[in-house]
Amino acid sequence: MTKSDMAEKLAEKLKITKQQAEVIINIFTNSIIEALSKGDKVEIRGFGSFRVRHRSAKEGRNPKTGEKVFVQPKKVPFFKTGKEFRLIVDGKEVAE
Amino acid sequence: MTKVDIVNKISEQAGLQKPESELGVETIISLIKETLGKGEGVILRRFGSFQVRQKRERIGRNPKTGEEASITARKVVRFKAGKYFKAAVNT
Repeated sequence: MTKSDMAEKLAEKLKITKQQAEVIINIFTNSIIEALSKGDKVEIRGFGSFRVRHRSAKEGRNPKTGEKVFVQPKKVPFFKTGKEFRLIVDGKEVAE
Repeated sequence: MTKVDIVNKISEQAGLQKPESELGVETIISLIKETLGKGEGVILRRFGSFQVRQKRERIGRNPKTGEEASITARKVVRFKAGKYFKAAVNT
């Protein structure tokens, strides 16, 4: 499913135009990006949570040349799947 | 930040009533869940993609007791952040 597919379905559900639906999807994703950029986390019940994980500096290798390279510490966005979502994907009914 | 904050942002920025914004957020979340539930992925450019990954059965260990336990084969969600998202958290 692409953003365009999602916008069509969302437009249908909210009885709005596809363009308006795309705006909503953009605000949704941008607010998550913005929150994590500020070091904040986002928690959505039944879906999951987005937070920033810190990767420390390490010595890596260029896979092509085998040369040693220093990899700077960095932050990466991380999504932890919520319980309900996890069970849906694993094909198990939501217990309780 | 929680769902309510996202709903408020949509209301403000898209000029929608709160209930409509809330339905929008709920619908986006449901669509992602349903699609992955069918084994399909969701790709939102700049933001990232959600995919289903099949994990094989493996032997795990209880980190507290050190006991070995078998972890059954399962399907899990994998979120891969897009380039723009990755760059945004590093600036």
